[in-house]
Formats: sequence, C-alpha cells, structure tokens
Amino acid sequence: MIDGYPDYMMESIKLVEKKREKNMKNPVKPMSMDAREKMLSEYHPDYMKSTKREVKIGPNKGELLYNGIVDLLESKPVITSKDVDISKIDYDVDLLIIGGGGAGTVAALFAYESGIPKDNILIVTKLRHGDANSMMAQGGIQAADRPEDSPALHYLDIYGGGHFTNKPELARALALDAPKIINWHQELGVMYDRQEDGEFQELSGGGTCRNRMHSCKDYSGMEIMRNIRDRARNLEIPVLEFCPIVEFLMDDKGQVAGGIAFNLETYEYYVIRAKATILATGGSGRLHLSNYPTTNHYGATGDGLIMAYHVGANLLDLDTIQIHPTGDAFPEPIVGILSTEKIRGLGAIPVNANGDPFVFPLEPRDVEAASFIHECKSGRGIVTPTGMPGVWLDSPMIEIIHGEGTIATKLAGEARKFRRFGIDMAKHPILVYPTLHYQNGGVEINEKTETKVPGLFAAGEVTGGVHGKNRLMGNSLLDYNVFGRRAGIYAAKYIKKAKIGKLTLSHLDKYIKILEKANIKPKRTAPILLPEYRGELAISRALDIF
Amino acid sequence: MVKSKQVLVEKKKKPKETKHAEVEVFIMGKSYKVPAGLTIMKALEYAGYRFIRGCGCRAGFCGACSTVYRIEDEQKLGFDLACQKVVEDKMYLVQLPFVPATKAEYDINKIQPDETILLTMYPEIARCVSCNTCTKSCPQDIETMKYIQMAIRGDIAMCAEISFDCIQCGLCAMRCPADIKHYHVSQLARRLRGKYLDPKSKNLSKRLKEIDNRKYDDEINKLMKMPKREITELYTKRKIEAEETADLGGD
Repeated sequence: MIDGYPDYMMESIKLVEKKREKNMKNPVKPMSMDAREKMLSEYHPDYMKSTKREVKIGPNKGELLYNGIVDLLESKPVITSKDVDISKIDYDVDLLIIGGGGAGTVAALFAYESGIPKDNILIVTKLRHGDANSMMAQGGIQAADRPEDSPALHYLDIYGGGHFTNKPELARALALDAPKIINWHQELGVMYDRQEDGEFQELSGGGTCRNRMHSCKDYSGMEIMRNIRDRARNLEIPVLEFCPIVEFLMDDKGQVAGGIAFNLETYEYYVIRAKATILATGGSGRLHLSNYPTTNHYGATGDGLIMAYHVGANLLDLDTIQIHPTGDAFPEPIVGILSTEKIRGLGAIPVNANGDPFVFPLEPRDVEAASFIHECKSGRGIVTPTGMPGVWLDSPMIEIIHGEGTIATKLAGEARKFRRFGIDMAKHPILVYPTLHYQNGGVEINEKTETKVPGLFAAGEVTGGVHGKNRLMGNSLLDYNVFGRRAGIYAAKYIKKAKIGKLTLSHLDKYIKILEKANIKPKRTAPILLPEYRGELAISRALDIF
Repeated sequence: MVKSKQVLVEKKKKPKETKHAEVEVFIMGKSYKVPAGLTIMKALEYAGYRFIRGCGCRAGFCGACSTVYRIEDEQKLGFDLACQKVVEDKMYLVQLPFVPATKAEYDINKIQPDETILLTMYPEIARCVSCNTCTKSCPQDIETMKYIQMAIRGDIAMCAEISFDCIQCGLCAMRCPADIKHYHVSQLARRLRGKYLDPKSKNLSKRLKEIDNRKYDDEINKLMKMPKREITELYTKRKIEAEETADLGGD
C-alpha cells in the first residue's frame, strides 16, 4: 500500500510550506516572447531533432514529423482489396460517423437536426459510445461571454497561443461559435458551475487574457459528454460499438464512400456504404510519442490520421505534440494521469524542491511544460523512489485563497484520486511532470470541416489547423463541439446532392505500391487500433496457434 | 524450468537489483504472480491479458473497468475501478464490463421538472428498501442511496448535486435488490436541473445577440488579415486578467 509521501519528500514539502506565504505574495511574472522562445527551443521535445524524421511518401512528403507518426505512415494498410468482399453491403446509410466520442456524437445530433433521419446515420466506435478523451477533460471549456471579454480577444489568445500558425478561418469559427455552444449545452441540461445570480463562474487558463473557463466542477468533460450522449440515446441514433473502421471505402469518382468496420470481438468485417463520412477518431496519445506517458484514453492510437492519409488527405502540424505540464509524477500507479490545469486556475503555484517558484503559473502549456523540464534538468526537481522527476504544485494555496473546503467541492475528482494513496492535496502539494496530452495537428479541414477528399469530413482532435502548433486549455472541449456541430450540418447538406459511384478499395493497393516505390519495407500494419501493454514475459511466450 | 529471454536479459543488465515484491492474484480464479504496486488493470496486462472490453480512459472517468473482488478468507466483496485500485495479495478478481440496465426515453424539452417526474420515468425507485448496498458498491464514494431517496421525494436539485461525480459504471444497478437503475435516474435529474432549475446567465444572452448582429465580425476579420509582426505585438501587449487578480492576492 502507498500511504502518503516518503520522508525525504516530506523534507522538501517542509520548505514549500515555509515559503508558501511569501510565494503567494510575490508571483513570478509571465515571460517575454523572446524568453518563451528560448525556453521552448532548449527544453520542448518539438524542438529536438531526434524526435522526428522526414516523410518520404504522400501529401506531406518532405516534412519532418514525429517518428511515431511517420512509423504509422510507413506501415502497410491492415487490409488490401483482396481481403474483403465489397459487393455485399452490410450497412447502407447517408452518414457514417467514425468515432463515438464528443465530436462524433455532436455531429450525429446536428446531422439529425439538419434533416438526416436517425436510421440513416450510423456511429461506429472502437470501444463504447462515450469512451473518449472528451469524457476525461476536467478543467473546462472556453467561451468569451463576459462583458469584459470578447470573441476577438479569444481569437487573439487562440492565435497567439498557437504561435500564429493556426488557420485563421478555423480560429475565428472556434471563438465566434463558442457562446452558441455554451447556450446549446444549457438547453441540453449541462450543469455548469454558476454564481448565485446565474452567471458562470469563470476561471483563467494558461495563455488566456480573460477569465473565460466554464467548468462543471472537475468533471467538465464528463458532464458535457453525458448530456450529449443521453440526447443521442433518447433519439436512438444507431451506434455500433467495438467495431472500429479500419479503412475507408472509396468510389470510382475518388470520393470517400463509407468504410470497412472490424468487429473486435468476432473478427468479422462489415461493409458500410455512406454518402458522406465524418472522421472523428480523436487523438494519438497512446502512440507515446517521444516516449512520454500519456493522459489519453486507451483507444487514442491515431487511427484516423493514417486512414485519411491512405485516401490522400493531408496532415497539418504533426511536427508538434502537446505535453501537458501537470501530469502526475507520484505515486507510481497514477504516473502520466492528468492533474487539471484548473488547479493552477484556482491559484496553485508550481515550486521546485527548495520551495521556490520559477515560472508564471499560467503560461501557455508548451512554455509551462518546458519550464518544468528545465527545472528538473537543472537539478531543482524532486526525484521519486521509482526515478520519476517532478516539481511541486502547491495545491494548499487554493484553500488559503478561496477558503477551506474549496478543493473538496471544486476539485472533488482530483482529491479523490490522491486520497486513494494517502495524500491530502488540501494539506500537501502534489508532484507533477509533463505528460503527453493532445495532438495539436491532424487532418486539414476548412471551416465547413471538409477535408481535401470529397465525401470526407473531419472534426475534433483528429483534425489540424484549429490550434496551430499549440492548443490552449479549454479549447479542446470547445473544438469538438464547434466543429462536430459544423460537420453534422455541412455533411447533411452534402448528402442531399451526393451520388456514390462504384465502390473500390484500390487506394490501398496503390498505397502499398507507393511504399514499395519509395523503398520502404513496412515493419508492421496500421491503423494499430489498440496499444500493446501486455507484460514482456507474457508476450515473449505467446503462440499464435488458436 | 525454461526461463524467458526477458528475464535473463534483465538479470544481466541489473545484477544488483533485488527482485520486486510480488503478490498473487486470481483472475477469474486462475493464479498469477504480479509485481506489487500495480493497479488491477496493469496487473491483468502484466499477466498477459489484452483488453478489448473492461478498459477505457485508464484514469477513473469512464466507468468501463468496474471490478468486483474478494480477498481470500475475507467476508466482504470489494468494488472498484481496475484503473484506480492497486492489487493486494490473494485478491480474486472479476470485471463487469457491461451492465444491462434499461434507460427511460424522453425528450428533455417536453418534460417538466416537477416532483413526480423521476418516479414517473423510473417507478422502480419506489421499491428502494434503504439497504445502502448501492452506496457501498460505489467506487466514487457517492451517497447513492441518499440520492435515490431525494429522487423519491422529488428533490431533483439535491439528487443532481449528490450524484454529480457519477461515472456511470453501473455497479450500483448490478447490486440493487430492488432493480433500480440508479445512474440512469440521476442522469435525468442532472439534466433537469441544468436545463430548468439553475438560474441562467444574462451575459451569455447579451453576447449571443451581439454575435447574431455581427458585432465582432469586423474586428476579427481585421485580426485575421493583420501582418504577423503587428498581431504579435498586439498579442504580447494584451492585458492579462489573471496577472492583475494575482497581484491583489486573488478573490
């Protein structure tokens, strides 16, 4: 059993306690743009050469992307045209939605509202409906609705936070649609944290110039997802669970025309023909890029990226990853799990082993994370008994600022997580270190969520362009709502005119030829569908005979 | 006994390291030795299981990995999430990856948050015998029985408040002798409260009107066309609210 901190860590905590009052009175100022750049270039994995290599094939040929992403692009498709009989169609629908997380579910609801009958919609998902990173987001969702705020300021934060690399039309959609989304949530019944007069309690997040973080305690993502899913269930929108799409179907006109689903439990395939397809497969934390632990869901294996690449879609900004500054570093069973940014939003300050603050607590995530890595590499971090470095996040400050009991009510989930291991975060700080959190980029879309391939729409974490090279807190819940909604609406419009030709999987055979021509000898297949976490001993003795 | 490659390699690399403590767990009755300190989920994987069901967010939010266990010779059953609970010696484990529990169907726009709505949608809550088994089986330590009592009483707001941290794993419904589907009941209570009972934001209504009247279009379009140097300067010089409140020591 793990029961609290070992003695040597308690010694460091004593220093943190001693300097707490002083630290609260003398906050560290935000960095200048130059200082930010310097910190990033020296300590963020995005800026290190060993983490990336050049893509040799396809629309992104010549670009440097993360090794783990290039590995996927250089893998063989899991099926070829010979493996499945596409002459027999198992599901014939107007709209196929790939992914049962936030973006996919929101898209289904708005496609329905836009006139697509429910039985002509099919959501297919790898795990259960709602098993997604959307469910896990804790901190909140941004929307500029206070009088002292404006969508223009929100736009400026999004664009600056993304190092001015976002697609401006997407950043505009994100900022301008945000208040509409909050209103839609109100109508669904999402229980947002409110003041007595009904106004939202809004906190600041890293890189935001106004307090615009709407939250539902520290279960914001779960509360929003529960409402959306309940609405979809009441409408009886068909969902096929444990059936990931493993490749798109195309037609002889070069349109995406549905997909091949794979039943994870019976190993059968299903042929799904659709007039429009929305890709909403989410992120890729489970690829463990640059060997980071991750906060992500079990199914976050980047399947959508590689399937889209097989049909000729292009990718944006996958030379960057978001490492979240405050992943848990202690105790061992929760390493890599997220401690929400809301902890800093409520006033907790990061401090080093000596109890000294070293960074403004609410820098954009990449800068904040790089500062933590810098502090640990400079020998001012704490190393856990299992060798994990970390810095303190002084959570007891929250109780001093907002009153005793604030952590119990506003951070109930976090407090519960640490209590299991004998740590009371209202009394003692928590140990944190950056963890792989978000796929900043992905499949390029425009403001109608169209990809470059006709018939294929995309929304949510799988897409690229919305956040540029760095996403700000509270913009991912917003992203899947804004672009999930747009995907549903624009796909419904497209369906009214769409005509599907003769179905084909020849694009997969072509992809294999492209690999051969580039002299790439694939070591494995992709999409990978689920990560491999079995014990090495068990794997080494496994036989494939049954 | 044939030793595996991995074990040999590891021993060569780290000759001095003492072997980690092990515990014995029984996965559906079958014995496996796993390192102490692993979560139930990681222990199953260590033993060679590859999850399809019974594994989701791996962080305590999704309710996919509800697990029932009993430590050898102990009287009581334990209930927890495989991703959160650390294994103990002589633990007998079984996962419950799916819960058959019918949900009421409703259009939230067409029902009212009156005192009888929860009873109307889920009449079986009236059969609650106050045994508190639901509360004891909740991995989130929610006072489940209490919120069912609130539901019976028609106190939607309290039912919603108490149940808020529910991850809908369904262990309560599987244990209930009265066949109540607690997590579906409280889902409806929360939606009713969020939609009808909580006061609404006036700021939001004002902002929605402004956006409809295209108040911000020109300003944003200007920002979109601004040369990089200019917008960088604007970004750098913008006032940061959090910084100012921090100077005042917070609210």
